[in-house]
Amino acid sequence: MNDRVARMQSGTAPHESPRIASGLHAGAHPVNLLDIKNLSVRFGDASAVPVVDGLDLHVDKGEVLAIVGESGSGKSVTMMALMGLIEAPGRVSADSLQFDGTDMLRLKGKQRRHIVGKDLAMVFQDPMTSLNPSFTVGFQIEEVLREHLGLKGKAARQRALELLEKVEIPAAASRLDAYPHQLSGGMSQRVAIAMAIAGEPKLLIADEPTTALDVTIQAQIMDLLLNLQREQNMGLVLITHDLAVVAETAQRVCVMYAGQAVEVGSVPELFDAPAHPYTEALLKAIPEHSLGAKRLATLPGIVPGRYDRPQGCLLSPRCPYAQPRCSEQRPTLDPHPRGAVRCFFPLNLNAEVAR
Amino acid sequence: MNASTEVPVIDQSLLYPSPLKEFWQAFAHNKGAVAGLLFMLLVVFCALFAPWVAPYNPSEQFRDFLLTPPAWLEGGQAQFLLGTDELGRDLLSRLIHGARLSLMIGLASVLMSLIPGILLGLTAGFFPRLLGPSIMRLMDVMLALPSLLLAVAIVAILGPGLINTVIAIAIVSLPAYVRLTRAAVMGELHRDYVTASRLAGAGLLRLMFVTVLPNCMAPLIVQATLSFSSAILDAAALGFLGLGVQPPTPEWGTMLASARDYIERAWWVVSLPGLTILLSVLAINLMGDGLRDALDPKLKNAV
Amino acid sequence: MLSFIARRLGLLIPTFFGVTLLTFALIRLIPGDPVEVMMGERRVDPQMHAEAMERLGLNKPLYAQYLDYIGDLAQGDLGESLRTRTSVWSEFLTLFPATLELSLAALLFAGTLGLTAGVIAALKRGSLFDHGVMGIALTGYSMPIFWWGLLLIMFFSVNLGWTPVSGRIDLLYDIPPVTGFMLIDSLLSDEEGAFVDALQHLILPAVVLGTIPLAVIARMTRSAMLEVLREDYVRTARAKGLSPARVVFVHGLRNALIPVLTVFGLQVGALLAGAVLTETIFSWPGIGKWLIESIGARDYPVVQNGILLIACLVILVNFVVDILYGLANPRIRHQR
Repeated sequence: MNDRVARMQSGTAPHESPRIASGLHAGAHPVNLLDIKNLSVRFGDASAVPVVDGLDLHVDKGEVLAIVGESGSGKSVTMMALMGLIEAPGRVSADSLQFDGTDMLRLKGKQRRHIVGKDLAMVFQDPMTSLNPSFTVGFQIEEVLREHLGLKGKAARQRALELLEKVEIPAAASRLDAYPHQLSGGMSQRVAIAMAIAGEPKLLIADEPTTALDVTIQAQIMDLLLNLQREQNMGLVLITHDLAVVAETAQRVCVMYAGQAVEVGSVPELFDAPAHPYTEALLKAIPEHSLGAKRLATLPGIVPGRYDRPQGCLLSPRCPYAQPRCSEQRPTLDPHPRGAVRCFFPLNLNAEVAR
Repeated sequence: MNASTEVPVIDQSLLYPSPLKEFWQAFAHNKGAVAGLLFMLLVVFCALFAPWVAPYNPSEQFRDFLLTPPAWLEGGQAQFLLGTDELGRDLLSRLIHGARLSLMIGLASVLMSLIPGILLGLTAGFFPRLLGPSIMRLMDVMLALPSLLLAVAIVAILGPGLINTVIAIAIVSLPAYVRLTRAAVMGELHRDYVTASRLAGAGLLRLMFVTVLPNCMAPLIVQATLSFSSAILDAAALGFLGLGVQPPTPEWGTMLASARDYIERAWWVVSLPGLTILLSVLAINLMGDGLRDALDPKLKNAV
Repeated sequence: MLSFIARRLGLLIPTFFGVTLLTFALIRLIPGDPVEVMMGERRVDPQMHAEAMERLGLNKPLYAQYLDYIGDLAQGDLGESLRTRTSVWSEFLTLFPATLELSLAALLFAGTLGLTAGVIAALKRGSLFDHGVMGIALTGYSMPIFWWGLLLIMFFSVNLGWTPVSGRIDLLYDIPPVTGFMLIDSLLSDEEGAFVDALQHLILPAVVLGTIPLAVIARMTRSAMLEVLREDYVRTARAKGLSPARVVFVHGLRNALIPVLTVFGLQVGALLAGAVLTETIFSWPGIGKWLIESIGARDYPVVQNGILLIACLVILVNFVVDILYGLANPRIRHQR
C-alpha cells in the first residue's frame, strides 16, 4: 500500500518552484537518488513505540527536499537511520533504503563506509560541538579526503584549502591550522560544510544547520548551502522547523508528526493550500501570518509520547477538526493530485491554488 | 486505555515523594550498594557487641592450639572457627574486636577532618580574597605529599599508637574536604537564593551555615564515605608498617604484620585479616558509589 | 606554549616553599627534647647537649633556623644520615633508581591494561565484560596492597615457586650499577641469565604497586570514553565514513585521554605512597623502604629531607603532567 503511494508520488513529478532557478531539474521520469520505503526506527524491542513509523520518502537528483515538523517528530532520526548512525538499542527496519541504486540496509561495514561521508554526507545542528576539539580544521577535512579520495600530503592540503575557500572562509590558508575552539559558530558551520562536501556528495543532508547560529549568520549559511547545491547539482535534504526557509528554498516538503509523514507536497502549493490540519497549524504559527491578530496562533498540546499515543489519528487529541472516526482509526498517507496527505478529512483539496 | 494510562501520570506529579524515600529508591536500585550496606551492618553489629559476639577474649592465648587451621580444614578445631594465630589466640574473636577498632578509627578520623574541613572550606569560599588563597595554598602543600607518606611522617613525629593514627589520618584527609567545600560554596554563592537571603539581612554566619552549607552537603557526604574506607585502609597500612596501633591490640593491619612470618606455614593468619579489610573497604566503596549516584549525579564520573 | 609553561612554573614556587616549611616544622614538632630524641637516650651530658644544639642550630630563633635550612637547601646540602654518616642526597640518588624502575613498571602495567580494559568496557557497555571489569576495578581500588602482595608471594613464590620472594636480583649475580635500572644494568653486564632474573624479581612488586592505579585508570577511562562517545563530534566522525577503529581510537580516545591523563598524574603520588608498602613487603631497596627504616631508626635528617625530596618529586611530576595536559588539550594551551 505504502509502496504504491510512493510510486504515485514520484509519478506526480515535483513542481518546479519559480523562485528557484534550478535549470537541471528533473524530466518526466526523474531517477530517484534516494528512495526510502516503510522506514521504521525503534528504541528498544519490536514492541517499543516507533520514533519513525512506516515512513516513505524520495529525493531526486539535484532536488531540495525539506522535512519539517516540531521537535521530536522524527525528522533527524530518519536521516540518522539513512546514514547508519542509529546505535543500539535503536533498531532500523525498512522495506528498502535505496540510495543511488544501492540498498543501504544490505550494506555492511566497509562497503557502507565507502558511501557514507562521500556520496552521502551530513551537516549537523550544532557546529560548536560537531567538530573534534583536539584536531585542527585542516586535519579534520583532510581526513575525509584521505579516506574517500585517497589524497595525501600536499595534495590533500591543497584541496582542503580550496574547500575552505569554497565555503567562503576568509583567510582560508591561515584557518587550516586553527582549532575549532578558535572559530565562531558560523565559521565552524562553514568548516563542517566543507567537510561534508569534501567527497563531492550526491546527497547532502543538513540537519537544522542554522538553528544554533546567530540570526545574522543564518541567512549566509543558508545561501552558502543552496549555492553549493546548485553548483554541484547535489540533492539536498533540509531538516528544519523554519517554514520561511522552506518556502524560499525547497522544491518539495515532507511534513512529519510523531514519526509519520502527514503531508507531502510541493512548494508553493503546500503553503497556499495545506491539506493536513497539522500543516495548516504550522503555517498559522508563523508570526507573519498572525499580523494583526491579538495572539499568535498555536496548536494546543504536545507531540504524543511513549505512553499517551492515541489509538486513532496521532493528531486527533490536538486537532481542531477531529471527528469521532479520527480517534478510532489511523488514517493512511493517501495521494491526491498535488501530493499526499494522511487525514480522513483533508482540507483545501478542491480549492483552486491561487497563483 | 487512554484514561488508565493517564491517571498514574497525573498522580505521580501530584504526590511528591519525600526526599528520603526518593533517595532510598535510588540507592536501593543499586544492588551492589545494598549488598555493601548489608555487609557493613553486620560489621557494625559485630563491632558494637564484640564482647558478646566473639567466642573468646581476643588476647586469651590457648598454648595448646598454636596456629590451628580453620575448623573446616584438616587438623581444624570446631571451637576455633577460623583457627588460631601464632600465640594460640582465636582468630575470629580478634577479627571481631578488630572491627571495633577499625570502625572507631574511621569514624573518629572522618569527624576530625570533616568538621575542620568544612569550616576551612566555608572560610575560603566566603573570603576569596583574604583567607581563601592562603588556605588553598596550604592545602596544595599538603596534597603534594602522598597521603600515606604524610601519615607516616606525622606518626614518625608523634610516635605510633591509636590516637596518633587517628590524628594522622584526619590531617591527611583534610585537604579533600576543604577543596570540595570551597568549590561547592563558590558554586552556590552566586545563586539567586543566596543573594535573596543576603538582601533579607541574613548575617554572615547564617549565610554560611543555614543558607549555603546544606546545599553543599551531597558531595561532602559522598567524600566522607570514601574517606571512611581509605581511613580503614591507611590505618591498616600504618599498623602493617608497625607505625599504627601496637600489638597485642587486635588491629587488622597489625595482625597482618605479625602474621607475615608464618606465610609459608599458616595461610589463614595472613589471608583472613586481609580479606576482612578488603571486604569492609569494598563494602564501603560500594555504598559510596550508591550514595553518589543517589545524591549527586553530577559526581558520577569522578573517581 | 612557553608562556603556559612559565605560568605553571610560577605556581610551583609557593608550593615548594610551603613544603619546606612543612618539613622544617616536622622536626620541630617532635614532642620532647630534640637532641634526646635524636640521640635516643635520656640525660645527655649537658655539654654534649649544648654542642648538639649548637651544631643543629636549634638554639637560634625559629625564623633564623628556617633561613639556615633554606640556605642549606639552596647549596644542595640536605644533611647527612645519623646512621650511615653519608649525605642524604647521595643515599637518595643511589636508591631512587630502584623506586623509579619499580614505579615505571607498575605504571606501564596499570596504563596498558587499564586503558585497554576501560575502552573495551565502554564499548561493550552493560555487557558481562563491562560488569566484570568494573567489579574487578572496584575490588582492586579497595585492595589493601600490603596484603595483596603477601597473597601473591604466598601463591606465586611459596606455592608455585615461580618468582623470587624479595630483592631486585639474585645474590649470585654481581651487577655493577651503571644506570641504576636493574633491567638495563643486567643486560649491560655479561652475566648470563641476569636479565631474566631481574625481570622475575620485578614482576610481582610491579603488579602489586600497579593494582590501585590500574583500577583507577580503568574506571576513569571507561567513564571518560562513555562521555566522549556520546559527543557530537564522534557522530560527525562516523558520518564521515571513518572506520570504527579510527572513530574510537583517533576521535574518541584522543579526547578521553585528557581526563585520564589528569588521573594518571594524581596516581603518581599514590604510587610513591604505595611504593613504601610494596618495597617493605618485597625488600625492594628503594626510597620507600629507606624512609620507613629511617623512621624506625629515628634518623631524622633522612626522614625530614627524604620527605622533602619525595614531595618535590610529586610536585615535579604533576608539573610535567600539567604540561602534557596542555599539549593534549588545545583549549588549555591557547589560554592566556
